[in-house]
Amino acid sequence: MSTIQDPIQAPAKSMRFGEMAALVGFSAFAFLSIIIAAKAYTPEYAFHAYLFAAASIASVFAIGNRYMNRPAGAVPQFIDGKPNYNFDVVKVGTIFAVVWGIAGFLVGVIAALQLAFPMFNFDLPWISFGRLRPLHTSAVIFAFGGNVLIATSFYVVQRTSRARLAGDIAPWFVILGYNFFIVIAGTGYLLGITQSKEYAEPEWYSDLFLTVVWVTYFLVFLVTVLKRTEPHIYVANWFYFAFIITIAVLHLGNNATIPISLFSPKSYIVWSGVQDAMFQWWYGHNAVGFFLTAGFLALMYYFIPKRADRPVYSYRLSIVHFWALIFIYIWAGPHHLHYTALPDWAQTLGMTFSVILWMPSWGGMINGLMTLSGAWDKLRTDPVIRMMVVAVAFYGMSTFEGPMMSVKAVNSLSHYTEWTIGHVHSGALGWVAYISFGAIYCLVPWLWHKREMYSMKAVSWHFWVSTLGIVLYISSMWVAGILQGLMWRAYTKLGFLEYSFIETVEAMHPLYVIRAAGGILFLAGALIMAWNVWKTITMPEAAAEPKLALAPAE
Amino acid sequence: MSDTYNALAGFAQTFGLILFVAAFAAVVAYVFWPSKKRKKDFDDAAQIPLKED
Repeated sequence: MSTIQDPIQAPAKSMRFGEMAALVGFSAFAFLSIIIAAKAYTPEYAFHAYLFAAASIASVFAIGNRYMNRPAGAVPQFIDGKPNYNFDVVKVGTIFAVVWGIAGFLVGVIAALQLAFPMFNFDLPWISFGRLRPLHTSAVIFAFGGNVLIATSFYVVQRTSRARLAGDIAPWFVILGYNFFIVIAGTGYLLGITQSKEYAEPEWYSDLFLTVVWVTYFLVFLVTVLKRTEPHIYVANWFYFAFIITIAVLHLGNNATIPISLFSPKSYIVWSGVQDAMFQWWYGHNAVGFFLTAGFLALMYYFIPKRADRPVYSYRLSIVHFWALIFIYIWAGPHHLHYTALPDWAQTLGMTFSVILWMPSWGGMINGLMTLSGAWDKLRTDPVIRMMVVAVAFYGMSTFEGPMMSVKAVNSLSHYTEWTIGHVHSGALGWVAYISFGAIYCLVPWLWHKREMYSMKAVSWHFWVSTLGIVLYISSMWVAGILQGLMWRAYTKLGFLEYSFIETVEAMHPLYVIRAAGGILFLAGALIMAWNVWKTITMPEAAAEPKLALAPAE
Repeated sequence: MSDTYNALAGFAQTFGLILFVAAFAAVVAYVFWPSKKRKKDFDDAAQIPLKED
């Protein structure tokens, strides 16, 4: 797009403040990383320090190159009266999401196979179940889910604010920095670097880096909203705000650690004993509440109305949904610590708030589903809508199951069993992944200017194959959990435990095999999606007209 | 330590509770207050994703 200009008349190009600061910052950081690599206590930590150094040097080159090639003036905020949206970061985030999704589901399948057939551990420490399992959870939640959230939030905030994304290098730092954090975290698990806190395994240096990325993310999002040309802040942006701010607070609280040295990956948390446990599950449950729920509800509130071409069922209900969720979710964490050293009143508090939480959750579900009222035929004709509606149905199902399992009496049976794993997956596969797939199927044609996905038939196949996978997965885990729970608590007439632990493991073997089969189907569905996305991006269709079915703007 | 705990717990169980319940009640009142203007604002906001540019 750059036109050849007479060099004398062209405005003088000068470095922007951000470019200068980023160059200086990354250079200094590369230098620091090399020193740390040289003095590191362990080779694994040195490896990570070298990765940081390499990424910093690559950033310096990338920023320098970009400066040499860009036009001199500032990036226009509007072109012909339309916002000059920055969708390149969204494209990158969408592709990252697809790639990490495949990786995360694949690792999940391997972990499931390891449980059913232990030989899949191959006697290698790096891919033993204990290391692969956190790799799987983090890859799916943070790598796949996180990229979906960042990409869609950057899309939705621009479109609903009718303003270009704030920042020049900052959005790129957010998306690339976040994915670099994923690489550090993931390779760390395989190499044995972990602080062994569920969903918060990365050690102090990864945590600090993520904090910088996250604060930048918040500022990009905030400033974009501040410069909006719409009078209202659309409800989806409220949910994104809640997600970004709360995750920042949780992350800082649960990772308040002191490293033993700048040159060691090991750190110790400042909280002790049961307080540490409470902090961990306050974090852990709100990671579910604000990452996997609030963030993805933002997707629901944007992509379902957009795809169905009708406004959300009740905007009022969406505001009540938002505030009720915010006020209640934060207290539910203690239900992860029933029958532990946590004070009884705190356990009861967690249980009570979990049960109350059922109401806003179902309010939100009804709001999402009823958006289709009067257009139910789209369920039959549009597999993308079907995917998102089933996602909302799973949201309703797992937010009913969750409060039920948080009741102490139920929890005494379900806790530490596979039932919990089944519950998590009905939420993660059914709700989070399906609403993400739906959003990806919407976003890819919009971003790459195609009328529709390459193959709607493939979308339909993806839907049915992975739905079958989810059903196999959650039903087998439900049976396994109850079986396990009942076997653990069975006593003989003489008061001895009736079953040894290994007998319960044996009893679950067929269910583990079914679970692995379900996982394979889910992975197969995702591979169909990846193929479809690839074909859509590369298909030689001329830029389609933007959808004009609606009333013209103004 | 236990003084700090008692002070914080005491605050949370009294004023904290009242504050949160009142804040939530205020949200609900704001949302459902019968007002033509607010109804129009909500309807406008709900249309935001459907506008094309």
